[in-house]
Amino acid sequence: MKQIFVKPEKCMGCRSCEIGCAVQHSKDKNLFSAVLQSPPPMKRLFVEATHEIRMPIICRHCEDAPCINACISGCLYRDEKGFVRRRKERCIGCWSCIMVCPFGVITRDKEKHIAVKCDRCHKLDIPACVNACPTGALVLVDIDDMPKEKRLGLILAATKREV
Amino acid sequence: MEKSIDKATLSAIDNAEKAGIKTVWDRYAAQMPQCGFGETGLCCRHCMQGPCRISPFDDGPRTGVCGANSDIMVARGISRAVAAGTASHGGHAKHMAHTLLKSAIGEAPDYPIRDESKLKAVATRIGIKVDNRDIKEVAADVARKALDDFSEKESPLTWAATTVTKGRVDTFLKLGVVPTGIDSAISESMHRTTYGVDSDPVNILLGAIKCALADYAACHMATDIADVLFGTPAPVVTRANLGVLNKNAVNIALHGHNPLLSDIVVQVAGEKALNDKARAAGASEGINVVGVCCTGNEIMMRHKIPLATSSVSQETAILTGALDAMVVDYQCIMPSLSGIAECYHTQLITTMPIAKIPKAAHIEFHESNAKESARKIIEAAIEAFRKRDAGKVNIPDTSSTAFAGFSAEAIVSALSLVDKNDPLKPLIDNIVAGNIYGICLFAGCNTVKVTQDANYTAMVKELAKNNVLILATGCASGAFARHGFMTPDATEKYAGPGLKAVLTAVGQAAGLGGPLPLVLHMGSCVDNTRASDVAVAVAEKLGVDLNMLPVVASAPEPVTEKAVAIGTWAVAAGLPTHLGIVPPVLGSKVVTEVLTSAVKDLFGGYFIVETDPVEAAGKLLTVLGERRRGLGLSA
Repeated sequence: MKQIFVKPEKCMGCRSCEIGCAVQHSKDKNLFSAVLQSPPPMKRLFVEATHEIRMPIICRHCEDAPCINACISGCLYRDEKGFVRRRKERCIGCWSCIMVCPFGVITRDKEKHIAVKCDRCHKLDIPACVNACPTGALVLVDIDDMPKEKRLGLILAATKREV
Repeated sequence: MEKSIDKATLSAIDNAEKAGIKTVWDRYAAQMPQCGFGETGLCCRHCMQGPCRISPFDDGPRTGVCGANSDIMVARGISRAVAAGTASHGGHAKHMAHTLLKSAIGEAPDYPIRDESKLKAVATRIGIKVDNRDIKEVAADVARKALDDFSEKESPLTWAATTVTKGRVDTFLKLGVVPTGIDSAISESMHRTTYGVDSDPVNILLGAIKCALADYAACHMATDIADVLFGTPAPVVTRANLGVLNKNAVNIALHGHNPLLSDIVVQVAGEKALNDKARAAGASEGINVVGVCCTGNEIMMRHKIPLATSSVSQETAILTGALDAMVVDYQCIMPSLSGIAECYHTQLITTMPIAKIPKAAHIEFHESNAKESARKIIEAAIEAFRKRDAGKVNIPDTSSTAFAGFSAEAIVSALSLVDKNDPLKPLIDNIVAGNIYGICLFAGCNTVKVTQDANYTAMVKELAKNNVLILATGCASGAFARHGFMTPDATEKYAGPGLKAVLTAVGQAAGLGGPLPLVLHMGSCVDNTRASDVAVAVAEKLGVDLNMLPVVASAPEPVTEKAVAIGTWAVAAGLPTHLGIVPPVLGSKVVTEVLTSAVKDLFGGYFIVETDPVEAAGKLLTVLGERRRGLGLSA
């Protein structure tokens, strides 16, 4: 299964992922018309920063998702690809999902009074945020490959030290 | 997206791909995705508390650290682009004015006064006496008055106040946008857009218009002095596109903007001794000078020098493997040229103290010994030719005939062959009768964001079909020249019946034996005031102001800050002005609304942003119709 992983050391804090996300969730999926759309489209991920580090915080589509467990109206569900998504018409605006999400990535549509969250761009091969990232801080990787890449990185670092 | 619709350019790109050389199109792809904040004008780096960004989607902070909101941020950004564009044209014009002065006082022997009647016309227009005076004295006075226009004066800019309609002067005075110095207008723009100065977006935009009017003055001055020193262009027939490179000659491309360099190199390139040297080095056909970008337009108009290519595709001249030297001055010179030249034998030569490129040879060009520097440049090209690798030579066999050199004077003189006593009358009569539905000036660049030349060629066909008289400058000229639109054949093929009849009548009277070309080449990108001079003359004859004429402008593929400055003064001059790409202003509703609508109530001109060329042509036709109805003409 492929997941969006974040490499904080590569994040410049440019927020291009936020813009890409909002545009993908706009009517025409085009920056210039999205800017003119009213109400404006909403982003589903958030670049947060301390003095030391900045990185996008994004829905993990948890395998045991607290938000699905807390959703009493049957709005949140897991789709056939494993993504945690909404049945918008079922949301009653109780905000239990916002309360329990460990990452703080579910927000509120103030016009429609429903919860808003990442849908992993389920219609796209590459999610809009990953596509928008100019530095490769957001990457779409196979969860099983990521640890291997890290292990190889360790070896490389160790070899370099010896040289 | 296709990179270009031009076969020769695509062939050169193919050479690059096969050789593993990266071009502007590869670098653009590598920049993807470009930053949405930048694209909408919503980032500010004007102080060190920043950089600040504002989301265009009403989330996150609504102001930068200082409190500037999206309207202020966008207005400041566009205003600084106008200032930079004005600085570019200002630098070009100032360089010309200094040279004219040196010419007058005997310090620039290679720059004699070539067009005394133009000098006298300019002098008379700006209030300098010409009767019974030595021409050099007149030239010195014109040059000093030109240089005066750069500093802060007590009075409006001479080159603006004496070249527009009375109505425009009144409008500019009323709105407080009359500049009193070119450099001081740039300086004021930088001041009011720095940390904590002008925070009223509309006032910032009016400041940008004031600066743009200084740009207009600089452009007009540059054109005037170029004509004085090198001659006012008259129609010539030459060729355009990469096929003008000659495998049997030492090929020298002149690239950049100012004829102070290119004209002299062209003059010297004809010298027998240098051509003998070239032949001795193995170039059986001697020296072949070609143009690139706008200095290419300058030498095309005055010396029939063929145009190899233009701005976005400048690298392709080197990619033919047959270019021995690329000689540059300033503006639109991609730093990438040195890396690409290194893949071949091509010698890149910089000439200006303010525009150097690492790894290029620098042969500095001075007014005092211009021809000597030009000879050195040509000798360097001959040396490079010796290292040419015949195996790498691949010149596309593509070029088109191009008629060039339709200065305002040349147009009036062609019209005077139809009506000797009242040259503008045939033009006005045909506009009134509807044979000419309106006039469109195409200006600006080629951009990597649009399939090269696609917007130009699509728009010109639509407009010409509907009897719109087409003028072109700068890299717009290059695009039309490459695709054969600057020929009588194009008139036969694309012009509507009314336009065809008019162009044929003038062409016959001018002894061409056929129509004038479909698109009239009015010069380089600094030469847009040649077109506005014609519009001003027509307006004054009709007794109306520019904002009532059925005249529009279009930059379908713009790139530079200079284009932003020109577009802004075109709007201030009263012209509806089309842009084929979205400028970085959509982040502010106020700025977007002012530039596309509210500014119309103040100046008559406004921006029309439309990325689809056929739709854009349709919108311009609608606007021309409105203007015609406003004058009580059929629409």
